[in-house]
Amino acid sequence: MYRFAISRLLQAIPVLLMVITVTFFLVHSAPGGPFSADKAVPPEVIKALEEQYNLNQPVWQQYLNYLGDVLQGDFGPSFKYSGRTVNELIAAGLPITAELAFYAMLVALSVGITAGVGAAMRPNTMQDYLPMTGAMIGICMPSFLLGPLLVLIFGIHLDWLPVSGWGDIPGDKILPAITLGTGYAAYIARLSRGGMLEVLSQDYIRTARAKGLSERLIIIKHALRGGLIPVVAFLGPAFAGLLAGSFVVETIFQIPGLGRFYVQAAFNRDYTLILGMTIFLSTLIILFNLLSDMLAIWLNPKLRQEIRGTN
Amino acid sequence: MAILEVNGLKVYFHTRNGVVKAVDDVSFSVDRGETLAIVGESGSGKSVTCYSLLDLLPKPPARIEGGTALFDGKDLLACSASEMRQHRCNDIAVIFQDPMTSLNPFLTIGEQLIEPLIYHPDRSQIQTRVEAKRTAVALLDEVGIIDSHARFDCYPHEFSGGMRQRVMIAMALITEPKLLICDEPTTALDVTIQAQILRLIKKLQETRNVAVIFISHDLGVVAGIADKVLVMCDGTIRETGGTDDLFYRTQNEYTKKLLAAIPEGAKTLPHRAKSDEILIEVTHLKTYFRNQLNTNNSEENRYIKAVDDVSLEIARGEILGLVGESGSGKSTLGRSILQLAPTTEGSVKFSGQTLTGLTAKQLVPWRRKMQMIFQDPYASLNPRMTVFETLSEPLLYHGIATWTTIASQVKQLMDDVGLSQAQLRKYPHEFSGGQRQRIAIGRAIATKPEFIIADEPVSALDVTIQAQILDLILELVERHNLTMMFISHDLSVVRYISDRVVIMNRGVIVEQGDTETLWAAPKEAYTKELLAAIPLADPAAERKRIANI
Repeated sequence: MYRFAISRLLQAIPVLLMVITVTFFLVHSAPGGPFSADKAVPPEVIKALEEQYNLNQPVWQQYLNYLGDVLQGDFGPSFKYSGRTVNELIAAGLPITAELAFYAMLVALSVGITAGVGAAMRPNTMQDYLPMTGAMIGICMPSFLLGPLLVLIFGIHLDWLPVSGWGDIPGDKILPAITLGTGYAAYIARLSRGGMLEVLSQDYIRTARAKGLSERLIIIKHALRGGLIPVVAFLGPAFAGLLAGSFVVETIFQIPGLGRFYVQAAFNRDYTLILGMTIFLSTLIILFNLLSDMLAIWLNPKLRQEIRGTN
Repeated sequence: MAILEVNGLKVYFHTRNGVVKAVDDVSFSVDRGETLAIVGESGSGKSVTCYSLLDLLPKPPARIEGGTALFDGKDLLACSASEMRQHRCNDIAVIFQDPMTSLNPFLTIGEQLIEPLIYHPDRSQIQTRVEAKRTAVALLDEVGIIDSHARFDCYPHEFSGGMRQRVMIAMALITEPKLLICDEPTTALDVTIQAQILRLIKKLQETRNVAVIFISHDLGVVAGIADKVLVMCDGTIRETGGTDDLFYRTQNEYTKKLLAAIPEGAKTLPHRAKSDEILIEVTHLKTYFRNQLNTNNSEENRYIKAVDDVSLEIARGEILGLVGESGSGKSTLGRSILQLAPTTEGSVKFSGQTLTGLTAKQLVPWRRKMQMIFQDPYASLNPRMTVFETLSEPLLYHGIATWTTIASQVKQLMDDVGLSQAQLRKYPHEFSGGQRQRIAIGRAIATKPEFIIADEPVSALDVTIQAQILDLILELVERHNLTMMFISHDLSVVRYISDRVVIMNRGVIVEQGDTETLWAAPKEAYTKELLAAIPLADPAAERKRIANI
């Protein structure tokens, strides 16, 4: 397993290098710069600023400098949030976004697996049709629609939950977590339904029944392991997607997480912040994909042994 | 006294295309210590009959429409879910057909063995893990698992097919059932393993005095093991009676047809004048695969030697039978000869031309002359291509037909393999297994090849269909002057069709010779063991054979 993990990490290096290079040149080729504003700024001020941030050097020189800094784990200073480095900004936003993503994942897993497994147990009945219709709606409903809708119903109409903020009022984390988690819950419901249906039609489930085991035990012990492998494989990309895609929800609910920096950085041509965020999130995506692959292997005794065998 | 009495059982499947009467008015009874065999071809309803007793059928579409099944006086078809769990746990156990898919790959076999004991629905009978493990290990010893204590914690994929079936048997016996249902317990196994498993079932039945329902399509196996036989077809009983009566004083036409279809004895067609020309020459052929599961990288274990230094010749016009058990390397040898598997060493010559070492492009003209018929007609035809497309593809690719002549050439092929021309526009799923194998054979002979490798072409077919396909193959070989390598694990089939036989085991040739010479006087111990393991569809002879082992 170690060798598998290491080889996958080594494969990630060229991928990350590509990400850095493509993003760097894309950002720099976009018209405008970090200091071109609506107001006219005296040319000598701009020149001084560019000198300070080394923007007057040729692009390839900037690229090499940047690459050197990134290798040392330094994403450089932010152009717009003066006096703060990109590392500081990420460090400030990440815990909040990660917490939000974690709660959203909890919502997605608990709702999704329950609905999917329940549907698979009684296929083509109401117990199947209702949650799967719900899942279809969940997949179609964008979070910028679902968020305000939830706010309207639970925040304003019923007045049960706070409508914005993060950690200020008790319960203000519930609506964002549901808004962000719903789409993923819907995907997980469909994945776990498919996986469970497949497993429940296997011969070894019939064997378990013939042994006189209870239906509950058959589901929990014999079917879930195999049936949830598609869900496990989806967890990695899903978690990375939650981290990277939380900016809509963060904007709706006024949450000071990573997502808002990301969007603002793009509008502001904050070169270092865009690059830093992109590299950071790419690394996370690669890592989470690796983790979920390793988990899927570990869950399957045959694969586990094959991986051990090649070491 | 009968332990199980089934009366007027009716099981229907309600599908979109209407009602299928899978089991229609079936009645039978089994006594303690007795073996009832249910015989029939696929789709005859023999498995459905037994699964309905334990409520193991998927509902819907299955529905039990009528009848009773009295087990010890209680009706199994009318009992509640919790009563059914009691019956499954205490009274009736099943050994399923395919030990590869019937064990859960995610759980150790030990865990699966002890489950009925540690999760028993009757609280007073629940055992602790330690007790259950003791019982299970003892039982694993009894069914012949060596080193049972260590093997207890292994996963199913670490066992061979025969060993898995032993685990299945142990699993069925662990609750000490009164009735054991064996659903084709040896069909997926090699003939020598089959003999061991059958002996084991018989022995366990005698020591425990359990009743056995033995489902099988193989009349040879049935002849040796059954006290009573029930012949089923299309969901109804065709004939029932004592084993000797059924085999020696057959009443029913269908039973007679079944018995007649068993390939028996030597090749009936006259031997053709054998040509002296050697068409295929294999010299010191080796095909090794890298060992994926190897934990120690010693030189010895680095490769799986699927084919290890095999030399053989096939004369033009000859049918060579290649026999071996699973894992013997017979399929790999076939694929290596056709250059479909990479060879490690040695050479293959096709009428003097060396094929090993040629590039894919250089091989194209030779590919036309060598074709293959595969085992599973369900998997080897493209489900999205009509018969016409399947048959015309090789003709057009090799430039044998043009768009103007293709229609008549494909029709000619359909005639050749005995299919109606009206079926040209149909898709594979619209055909039965036998018809599909006819299509596959048509595809193979389309390019007018000189040499065909048939890899277990009849193993997936019922015995009556098998007889038809074998006759078709013989007829085509004759008419088109083909040379054939016929790969099979079934010795009776090989004897029926081949001029000469090669016996393979663990990648090497054990023995080869003219079919009848080899049958009459096998030289090697392995060949003798193989030949002795064939069940005979004659109760007296079969009992004598079993007694002699």
